[in-house]
Parts: sequence; C-alpha cells; structure tokens
Amino acid sequence: MECSFALTGKDYVIVAADTTAARSIVKMKIDEDKIKELSPHLLMAYSGEPGDTVNFAEYIERNIRLHHIRHLVPLSPSASAAWIRRALAQSLRSRNPYSVNLLLGGYDTAEDKPKLFWIDYLGTLSEVPFAAHGYGSYFALSLFDRYHNPEGTVEEGLATLKRCIDQVSKRLVVAPGKYKVKIVDKDGVREVEI
Amino acid sequence: MSRSYDRALTVFSPDGHLFQVEYAQEAVRKGTCAVGLRGKDIVVLGVEKKSALQLQDPRTVRKVVMLDDHICMAFAGLTADGRVLIDKARIECQSHRLTVEDPVTVEYITRHIAGIQQRYTQSGGVRPFGISSLIVGFDPHDTRPRLYQTEPSGIYSAWKATAIGRSSKTVREFLEKNHKDDLSREDSIKLTVKSLLEVVQTGAKNIEISVMESYGKITNLALEEVEAIVAEIEREKEAEAERKRTRVAAAAAGQAGMFTAAGQSSSS
Repeated sequence: MECSFALTGKDYVIVAADTTAARSIVKMKIDEDKIKELSPHLLMAYSGEPGDTVNFAEYIERNIRLHHIRHLVPLSPSASAAWIRRALAQSLRSRNPYSVNLLLGGYDTAEDKPKLFWIDYLGTLSEVPFAAHGYGSYFALSLFDRYHNPEGTVEEGLATLKRCIDQVSKRLVVAPGKYKVKIVDKDGVREVEI
Repeated sequence: MSRSYDRALTVFSPDGHLFQVEYAQEAVRKGTCAVGLRGKDIVVLGVEKKSALQLQDPRTVRKVVMLDDHICMAFAGLTADGRVLIDKARIECQSHRLTVEDPVTVEYITRHIAGIQQRYTQSGGVRPFGISSLIVGFDPHDTRPRLYQTEPSGIYSAWKATAIGRSSKTVREFLEKNHKDDLSREDSIKLTVKSLLEVVQTGAKNIEISVMESYGKITNLALEEVEAIVAEIEREKEAEAERKRTRVAAAAAGQAGMFTAAGQSSSS
C-alpha cells in the first residue's frame, strides 16, 4: 500500500514516496514517480485515489507555474501550501471531491529555511518537522520521534529515512518494494538513491 | 431602445472599413517602437523604453514579457490592453501544457492571441485591443528561431525581421535594406540596436534588448552591454563619415588640380 515520508534537517527537506501503482490487490507498475517538482525549490509527494492524484497534482503544478510567470517570483512554500489546502478544501465541498493526500516539502529562499507541510484530503494543513502518509506512517512516526534531528546533516536524515523504510518493509504485510527519494535545498531539487 | 447599445461597436462603414479597428491600429502607431529579428539560431527583441520619471521605479515598467519558458512577447500600443492580452496568453500556455502535456508552439500561441484580438472586433459591447505584438521563441524539440507579429484586426504573420509601433515603417525599411539570412548572435543584436537607433534619439538608456538563444534560454542585456554596442555603432558611423569626407576632399582636390592644370595650359 502507498507510503510517503518526509523530514526536514539542517537546510534541506527529504521527501520519499513508494513507486508502486496498484489497482486493488494487483501491482500494475513499480516505477511510478509520485513526487512532483512544483517549482525550483518545491516538492510535492501525492498519494490517494489513483487518477485523482495525478490530475490534482498537475492542476497544482500548472497553477504554481502560472503564478511564477505572472509575478516573476515563485510562490513561497508556505503560500503554496495555503493555496493547495484551499484548493482541496473547496474540492471537498464540491460534488466530486479529490481524494488526495500530500506532503509538501520546500526550501524558502527568502527566509533561508526548509519547510515541510502535511496536507490531507479533508483540507488539513500543518507545518511539521517530519511527516508520513499511508500505512507506513504507523511505523514511521514513532521512529521519527525517536531519531529525527532537526539540525541533522543530509546523511543523518537519509539514515533516519532508511530506518523507517526498513521497519515498514519488516513489519507491514503490504509493504511497497521501492521508493523514490528527492531532496530540496538551497541549490534546488535532486534525486538520490537509497 | 436599449437594444441599440449592445450592438457591436465595430460596424462597417459604407465603403467597407472598420473604423474602430483602424483607430486601434492608429493607437499602435503612437506606441513605443519594438523590433524583432531572427538570426541563424537566435532571436532578438529590442524595444524603445520610455524614460522613467525621476521618482518612478523603472523595474516596474516592462515591455518584454515571458509567456512561457520558451516564448517571449513585446508589444506596441496601449500598455493596459497589453497586460490583459498577456495574461490570457499565459493562461493558455499553462492550460495547453495541462491538457496535452506539451508546451505550446510559437505559432499556436500567436494564433491564439490573434484569435482573441479578432474576437474583439466582431462582438458586441467591446472595443478592439490597441495592441500589436511581436512573439518570439523556439518550438519544443526544434532549433529554429521563430518570430511572429499580430495586429489589432487579428491578422498574424511570420517574419525574418520586423518592427511595430512608432516609426515602424522607417525601421522596417532599414531592416529590409540591411537584413541578411543566418546572422550570428553579435550581428543580430547589433542590427537590432542599429535599427532602433533610427528612431530612438536618446541612445542606449532608452533601449532594452532581450535575446533568446535556444529553447528557454533568455537573457536581457544589461545597460552597459547596450551602451557598448551603441558606442561601437557610433564609431563605425564616425569612420564611415570620415571616409566620405576624405573622399569628397580628394575629389575636390582632384578637380581643383584639373582646373589649375587647365589654367596653366591655357596661359602658356
């Protein structure tokens, strides 16, 4: 089942999401990228109803890009989070709501700070030092509580993430096999192997 | 009675003209000049900038804008109308990406803009856009630079080099005389500046140059760079004038020599 994790560290945010696309109990694909790069310093991991997720993520991506072109500056992570939350809250109250859960990790170039937001399909938004969605969250959150260091290096952050992934693989019956991991810092977005 | 108010403003005159559209074209002719030029693998936009007032922030006045990563636009005419048109075009660029997952081609967005402009010449309760635009860029997966122009009537056309706005006729004639195919980067920029100098008397500080070299690679030249190019053009003009002067002087001297020689021969 779908799992996504994210954590902040010293001047970076790591975002990880599994890469399986499943329908019912059948795996259809194992290399799906569920982390969108919304702007040079903003990542969004999405999970939930397949179809809804991609549709919503693309809608968000184009709107944030439009804002960038219109105003010549990219929308800051916190402003993006507020806008995305509002889009989800509006959709929830419509006839056909999106059922999408998000982790929004970004680097605020104005404040020089990493930012991470946890957003769910009900339109809940909270800024957090670490976050998870899906069944994996039941295992990951306690590990983050124990091992997360907000001032940690990238290596330290990746080690903590590895712990979560390993634990999920060990204990969860329907654990996903592979994850995609992306890091955003002051230099932008990059992908790492884990 | 109220029916008469929501009729189209643009109705034909008996001799087949649409006066409102022609007035819009007049508004364009009063606007600041903009030049577009296609080189070998580069496209240049040059615009005449109104000098900012003493207490004004010049950064807030923009004449060359981005429509998408790979498309730039300059316009002449009513700036306020331009803003509306630009916003419509930007939305279409993103909307196109969202629906077909591909960036727009330069022709597509030009046609879209021209389409909007045409609509405003034919529907009720609106006036035409007082805007001509130059749209430049590169198509996705292509290395050829593109340059298009639109007009208030909704006409659009592709060009090697063209000008819109104040004295655009003079500038276009200059370009017709001096344009060559496959110009290099330096030559393209220089010709653009040179053509703008035909109508911009105040020199470098009122010229803005934007260069697109390949898909999504856009640079705006700094004032110093434009100044350097203007200085170079001035030098060349100076040298040319100097050559002309010496030639005239030589010819005059030759003629004078002939006269004296003739005088001597007749006196002897």
